Amino acid sequence: MSGASPPSPPSRRAVVGRRVRKVDGFKLVTGRTAFTDDIALPGLLVGRILASPHAHARIRDIDTRRAKALPGVHAVLTWKDVPRVPHTTAGQAWPEPSPYDTYLLDSKVRFVGDRVAAVAAETRAVAEEALRLIEVDWEVLPPVLDMEHAMDPGTAVIHDEPDATGIRDAARNLAGDIHTHIGDVEAGFRESDLILEREYRTPRQQHAMLEPHIVICWLDADNRLVIRTSTQIPFHVRRQVAMILRIPVSRIRVIKPRIGGGFGGKQEMVLEDLCAALTLASGRPVKLEYSRHEEFFMARTRHPQILRLRMGVKRDGTIVAHHMRVLAATGAYGSHCTTVQGNTGSKVLPLYRAPHLRFDCDVVYLTTPQAGAFRGYGCPQGYFAQESLVDEIAHELGMDPIAFRLKNAIRQGDVDELSAQLGEGKKGLPRTIRSCGLPECLEKGAAAIGWKEQRNGGVRRPGRLLRGVGVATTMQGSGIAGVDFAGAFLKANEDGSFNLQVGATDLGTGSDTVLAQIAAETLGVSLDKILIYSSDTDFTPFDVGAYASSTTIISGGAVKKAAEKVRDDMCCFAAQLLDAPPEDLVCRDNRVFAPGGKSVSMAEVAVHALYKEKTQVMEGASHFNTDSPPPFCATFAEVEVDTETGRVRPVHLVTAVDLGVAINPMQAEGQAEGAVAQGLGYALAEELVLDGRGRPANANFCDYKIFTAKDMPKLTTILVETEEPLGPFGAKSIAEVGINGVAPAVANAAFDATGLRFRRLPIRPDAVLAALGGRR
Amino acid sequence: MGELVIRATVNGAPRRWTVAPGDLLLDVLRREGYWGVKNGCETGECGACAVLLDGEPVNSCLVFAAQADGRRIETVEGVAAGDRLDPVQEAFLDHGGVQCGYCTPAMILVTRALLARTPRPTEDEVREALSGVFCRCTGFKKPVEAVLAAAARLADARPAAPPAGRKPARKAAAR
Repeated sequence: MSGASPPSPPSRRAVVGRRVRKVDGFKLVTGRTAFTDDIALPGLLVGRILASPHAHARIRDIDTRRAKALPGVHAVLTWKDVPRVPHTTAGQAWPEPSPYDTYLLDSKVRFVGDRVAAVAAETRAVAEEALRLIEVDWEVLPPVLDMEHAMDPGTAVIHDEPDATGIRDAARNLAGDIHTHIGDVEAGFRESDLILEREYRTPRQQHAMLEPHIVICWLDADNRLVIRTSTQIPFHVRRQVAMILRIPVSRIRVIKPRIGGGFGGKQEMVLEDLCAALTLASGRPVKLEYSRHEEFFMARTRHPQILRLRMGVKRDGTIVAHHMRVLAATGAYGSHCTTVQGNTGSKVLPLYRAPHLRFDCDVVYLTTPQAGAFRGYGCPQGYFAQESLVDEIAHELGMDPIAFRLKNAIRQGDVDELSAQLGEGKKGLPRTIRSCGLPECLEKGAAAIGWKEQRNGGVRRPGRLLRGVGVATTMQGSGIAGVDFAGAFLKANEDGSFNLQVGATDLGTGSDTVLAQIAAETLGVSLDKILIYSSDTDFTPFDVGAYASSTTIISGGAVKKAAEKVRDDMCCFAAQLLDAPPEDLVCRDNRVFAPGGKSVSMAEVAVHALYKEKTQVMEGASHFNTDSPPPFCATFAEVEVDTETGRVRPVHLVTAVDLGVAINPMQAEGQAEGAVAQGLGYALAEELVLDGRGRPANANFCDYKIFTAKDMPKLTTILVETEEPLGPFGAKSIAEVGINGVAPAVANAAFDATGLRFRRLPIRPDAVLAALGGRR
Repeated sequence: MGELVIRATVNGAPRRWTVAPGDLLLDVLRREGYWGVKNGCETGECGACAVLLDGEPVNSCLVFAAQADGRRIETVEGVAAGDRLDPVQEAFLDHGGVQCGYCTPAMILVTRALLARTPRPTEDEVREALSGVFCRCTGFKKPVEAVLAAAARLADARPAAPPAGRKPARKAAAR
């Protein structure tokens, strides 16, 4: 019977759709111990990493004798001391589609910040002193810093090790490539009345979650390895660490406490392997964490890309053909390299229903910080380019940019065949659009920004401060079709409460609350009756983790199924008390009702089951989808360009988003608003800058600017609800889609204000001044 | 290096600590069990470690523990009265001002300092006060709404707000 019940009408829902408080809010506002570091362990050692000072070098020899002799040092590890197991750090379902090109420690370093050695000592001061005592004999190799020349003949080969696998062409520094199409773009261009070709460049952005990566490992009383870590992917971490350290999965327990933000940066095994190795080597608990400085370049970044787009349209504005060519840099290692870039094609191009689409992409290695998963996962790059280009084409055609988008946008009932070509590193599944609120997003967003009144028209007017408005339309996915899956487990307690155990990982998004709401609604109980716990690989069911905007739809689907089974079980026991057939009973308000109105409380049913029938009501369920319903978003920006300073100041950002049904509208708005803040940084300020030797030039919050309370413009968030058949209670997703349109909407607004196109992010004052100067 | 004995009041309770001269207030507070004080950068940039020192927000990573000798420290652990949340905490929950929660203790403390000085702040004053606390999750709309709502709740609870002596809000944690 699970999954078969018709959806309850929204007005009748008691918990889903309500702006309820976070279920884990109390501990967060009171500062109770919640996060990885909020624990006191006797004998805890501090781990530190010796980071490479060179972008590219071989370690001829390394001498750790003086470091090991330092009092207070308990372990010093180099490549000589650990297993050599090629792997990827990408937190992806097995078999991972990323190349196995990474080692716990290696005799070669491939970026400034790469691991050379690691130390565990009684204090941080001793650990850092030990790092200084390690002597390294370097053979410095030429750095490879320019993605446009990474594949040139004669360029130093970054991955020359023989045992890496899955690299497309290591000799050419080509980590991966993608070439796919539907239709025939060249034929399409011949049919076109107007063809525009433009190049766009996007920066290396850093996640900058407030809690840097941190892990604490220890051996428990049974000599099992416990990994307490701030991760989005506890189950992948367990599998990866077992493989890398060559110990059984059964010897590892991964505990995910509260996470202080992730944004994809923690969809990756970043420190767990090394911390675990230090614990195994020392026999002591070890804490390993990045400082903020280290976080900027030793963790992960967004992939920088150079995109060349060519689009052909008919005079009436119909898009005929679109060819997107992408060159991307994955940095030193290929974690997420083809999957992020695959998304740049598969989640961007199909937004417009052109018959001829082509996507060609090369992802190259550089001796630079490693790129990885980051909110949007390839879409912010692709949408900056695509939405800038269609804005330009609409302008050329004299069409309103909104009308142009509406004319071409994918709509309900359409099947996106490109997604079938571009799956998670392999062939995927076609995507059928079962719900689409994009027209309403555009309509409501336009009204909120004052589209008609505020449009300037791309003409530079006199005056110092110029204002304009711009728009971008975007989509994302909700989980990875056919790949992502989750389990959930529920059991009933004698007071009518239920333990909900999930492997899903709330990284600050509020998924614990959303999943508890889904369980409460399904069981007909109040939210306080759901005791959710996430996640611990010993005690919670498997879940691929929090990524790909999957938790509400995939983990939520598992929760709903498990709750339906428990509800059915409770009805069976209630039937005995109510003397009515179980299928006629209804659960609501923490009670079970018979048709005549007679009822028993959930607590009475649970007590009856436990103490009379000697049965623990408990059920588990798994869930996956074979399609990934896209949320749709229209982002509108109003900006003010200062022609004297070159500053582009955002004035008002409107996000109108079709997320399916909002399980918790307050939290959903918060996701959209946070995405705008991160998107504004991407548009206007954020870039990890490397010097000519590959060293980070701005690895701190003074020189790497993120938007603060004072910098943020007015925000308007409009939730456009649709009913998605594949989602629990009609939900799709919200976490990522909101970031995709911010940069292009800002760039298009800057054009509207000045008549100038900005095709490189971030749009900084120097570029604006230079462009304005060229027009004087 | 010799050790120092310092005495401070933390959340109203007298405390006596033995510290090294170079110990940061951030590290000593966490060592002493005030886990709500968060380490976000250790360089005075992000504000996650903000506490109130004699009522004023400071980044505890920029203060030596020894400098707290004889002073009054307030951390987030002292904000609620037992299980009863403070109106600022209630407002942050009711208005969705909390996402990952890592910056939340600092935001709550900075808000309390602001509202103690400026009971009915303008939105600009709230943004100025919060600007020393970085948040990567919320986009600040909901935290700002939470602070304004808390101000309204506290004002309603007070018999009469003193209109005099209103000064512009100072930036919260030192940058």
